[in-house]
Amino acid sequence: MVQRLPISRRNLLLGAAATFGVPAVLAGCGSSQPAPPGGKSSGNLGTVTLGSNASDEIPKKSLETVLKGFTQAQVKINTVDHNTFQENINRYLKGTPDDVFTWFAGYRMQFFAEQGLATDISDVWREIGSDYTPAFKAASTGTDGKQYFVPFTYYPWAVFYRKSVWQEKGYEPPKTLDEFTALAKKMKADGLIPIGFADKDGWPAMGTFDIINMRTNGYDFHISLMGGKESWTDPRVKQVFDTWRGLMEYHQPAALGRTWQEAGQALQQKKTGMYLLGMFVAQQFPENERDDIDFFTFPEINPTYGTDSIDAPIDGYMISGKAKNVDGAKAVLKHLAQGASQNIATKLDPGTLAASSKADTSGYSTLQKRGAELVSKATHLAQFLDRDTRPDFASTVMIPSLQSFVGKPNEIDSLLSSIEKQKSNIFR
Amino acid sequence: MTLIAPTATPPVQDRREPVRRRARPLRILLHAFLGLVALGWVLPLALALYASLRPYEETSRLGYFSLPEHLTLDYYGQAWSQADLPRYYLNTLIIVIPGVLITLFMASFTAFAIARLRIPGRKALLITFTAGNLLPPQVLITPLYTLYTLVPLPSWLSDSQSLYDSYLGLILVHVAFQFGFCVFVMSNFMRTIPEEITEAALVDGAGVWRRYWQLTLPLCRPVLAALATLEFTFMYNDFLWALVLMSSGDKLPVTSALNNLRGQFFTDYNLLAAGSMLVALPTLIVFQMLHKQFVAGLTLGATKG
Amino acid sequence: MAAKTRRYSARDVTILVIGLGVAIIVNVGLIWGPTLASIGLSGTDWNGIKPMEWVGGRNYGDLVNDYPPFWSAIRNNVLWLGFLGLVATPFGLFCAVLLDRRLRLSRVYQSALYTPVVLSLAVVGFIAQLVYSSDYGVLNAVTGLTVDWLGDRSINIWVVMVAAAWRHVGYVMIIYLAGLKAVDPALKEAAAIDGANEAQAFFRVVFPTLRPVNVIVLVITVIEALRAFDIVYAINKGRNGLELLSVLVTENIVGEASRIGFGSAIAVILLVITLGFIVTYLSQLFREER
Repeated sequence: MVQRLPISRRNLLLGAAATFGVPAVLAGCGSSQPAPPGGKSSGNLGTVTLGSNASDEIPKKSLETVLKGFTQAQVKINTVDHNTFQENINRYLKGTPDDVFTWFAGYRMQFFAEQGLATDISDVWREIGSDYTPAFKAASTGTDGKQYFVPFTYYPWAVFYRKSVWQEKGYEPPKTLDEFTALAKKMKADGLIPIGFADKDGWPAMGTFDIINMRTNGYDFHISLMGGKESWTDPRVKQVFDTWRGLMEYHQPAALGRTWQEAGQALQQKKTGMYLLGMFVAQQFPENERDDIDFFTFPEINPTYGTDSIDAPIDGYMISGKAKNVDGAKAVLKHLAQGASQNIATKLDPGTLAASSKADTSGYSTLQKRGAELVSKATHLAQFLDRDTRPDFASTVMIPSLQSFVGKPNEIDSLLSSIEKQKSNIFR
Repeated sequence: MTLIAPTATPPVQDRREPVRRRARPLRILLHAFLGLVALGWVLPLALALYASLRPYEETSRLGYFSLPEHLTLDYYGQAWSQADLPRYYLNTLIIVIPGVLITLFMASFTAFAIARLRIPGRKALLITFTAGNLLPPQVLITPLYTLYTLVPLPSWLSDSQSLYDSYLGLILVHVAFQFGFCVFVMSNFMRTIPEEITEAALVDGAGVWRRYWQLTLPLCRPVLAALATLEFTFMYNDFLWALVLMSSGDKLPVTSALNNLRGQFFTDYNLLAAGSMLVALPTLIVFQMLHKQFVAGLTLGATKG
Repeated sequence: MAAKTRRYSARDVTILVIGLGVAIIVNVGLIWGPTLASIGLSGTDWNGIKPMEWVGGRNYGDLVNDYPPFWSAIRNNVLWLGFLGLVATPFGLFCAVLLDRRLRLSRVYQSALYTPVVLSLAVVGFIAQLVYSSDYGVLNAVTGLTVDWLGDRSINIWVVMVAAAWRHVGYVMIIYLAGLKAVDPALKEAAAIDGANEAQAFFRVVFPTLRPVNVIVLVITVIEALRAFDIVYAINKGRNGLELLSVLVTENIVGEASRIGFGSAIAVILLVITLGFIVTYLSQLFREER
């Protein structure tokens, strides 16, 4: 699958013939593509299979390029589109998983590690450990203290805006919630929609919840809440929703029917003043306008915590529990942990940053440099709500609940008690 | 759009059919009404087609209801290669063609046995099969998945060495799920075939197989065509089974391949529209080709029940 | 009447046993077996990985008491059934009646109406976005409104049902058309003789003869309403006012959530409702046959 060779007409016919004839040929034309990446002969570690969710053009290309530089084993990439990969992850890991697979750091990694579906790679970390900051190591460590994950790239969440608009109107990045509210008020008076907002797909609002919670109650409380250890009816949680409700009048209305792309478009078209999102918002901007994008971190709410935490989801690789070629897989992970490998990805996809501290940042775009700077200032990196908690809680409880809050911001109490009840049904 | 083209050029030939003359104003009204409805039905699709011809940058700037600045077929080329469509079309064919053939074969034999032979328990069989088809597919997902991972297959039959993640597994589930509907429709149809035909053969001492294969099946062409069209559409458009029972990205059917055009975050919807059009094409073609038999086949299957 | 037909050779019996045996094994093994297993699973807390534990009716209790999407889904499924049954199906019948005469362009109209039936999920989802998007959609652009068609909980189910009807009408139309073609032309002539009373004549003369077709269409309508899935799934994964039972099952079982016990409980409820209709329908059908 690595190469996704364009199928020639002859192969196509052969395949079609096989359909009706020998299933063996059919299986062969299915997935055991013989050609190694870049046509290189295999090294001494045999064949390693790698399950990837990088189905769109750029990430796919960058993974292929990175693995071209790997000579110790032949790597066979099995690409499944991002959405299917995620939906299928349980069945995939229990069924016939590849040796190495793409996954996310944090709770979502720990969840599978705990079930024995991932292989301990502490020995790999003894070699690569010095390349990563402690925050990254923590995000790669399971509940048993062993490492299961190698960070590859990540991207921070922040409040984005267009420099040109802000210069023209003389706006300054706010430092506190009051300044933030004042700024929003001013934007409204200037005829802008202050805060871009979209939640049709259910996940973008999680970013807003995360940041307000971390600013109000701190990282530790946030993680503990995500782990099901706090009550959702706690006044501290209520405080988060109250703050959010106070900001709601500055949010772009009708958010539940809007995709983030449409909201990003509104920012690009200077209809909205700012937009809290991940760095990938840049993808909605034409190439020549990307230098006009800047951001600030969500302002301080509680001075105890300042702005010490942000959402910065890390993508990386793990070895499945059923891996057949563990040695080869570990070699692949070591290769992926190289700063140079990650630089290939950050170069092709300007929406991401390299996870390794050894990566070369001189080639970064302005936005990437600003992103790296933001992350280096943060003490805690959260992984985003749906990666910091149980997947079932995130998708079946939090998405509907946050959408319900966005639709009816005034019904906080009943909403929180409903979340709490559902939470205790899930985390038992 | 193949469907709009004919409306734009009404046939020149004069009406010579035995239409009651006084009804002519009514006819015009009728055409106006039907034309309007048909237009309303095709319009959304036409909009999607229109969107697929315009750059994303343009529609996101102007909205989808706007005059074009650029019209291009580029997205079709891009969708074709970026989603790797040829490979996935092939995967779909590998699943759907045997699926349809096996379903029709098994269902026609079963329907034959139920409708033409007085086998004991035939009514119970028909009920079991028909009801099975009506169950919501989501009910079956988990046990079916577990079952599939437990069934070993030799590697020449499935490179995952189990029924899970194999073409055979997908074909089987399609057959099992669609089988009931086909049995139901075909047994209804076969009951309308005059008994005399097979009675005569009986005197000749023809066996069950000959009565089925040589005497009954040829008479079932219309219903086979109708069911082939329907089943092709059903199996072709499925994505649920593939999602649940496959794990190799390169074995997924073409409907899932469209997801390759969706980014993790950013999706060029116009590109996706172009891809969707390409994916919808085969079912439209099959329907157009078999349209006549389709209606005829359903006719006999439906009314004489 | 033809009792003498029971004269099977050994070879005939072998063929029958193999033919029907395979059919029964496939059907029971892949359809009914898993269905029963799902009922069992609905009484466990299985998450697909860890050993399962029997929890009895707890999932059902949680579902009914603490899971807000469940009741939305029930309401939406009922609305869906009502809308298809009272609006889309009669309209499909109406179109079939109009098309069932020697009409130039009849085939073009038929194709146009039937086209949505063959479209897959992705196309329908995209079309919905295209038409209904509040910022960039065609509907707001044409009407000058700024309605949030897909995001506003009080209206989104209605516009989505319109999209569902868009597909359903073609399906019903083609089946009725097939049924009407089989009706004795003399009857139809009689029904059409007097233009003013055409409707009356249709209901008195033609419609009753369509009874078997009506039953089929009714079943299709019910099943479509209960199985409804892809349109809402394509639009917003069936959330925020677009909940449907089938989507909740999928969300809980298929997705990363993997709440298999809980999802199976929803599936069983869907199954019970469906079986209710299936049993009514089949008993009706087979009683008639006698």
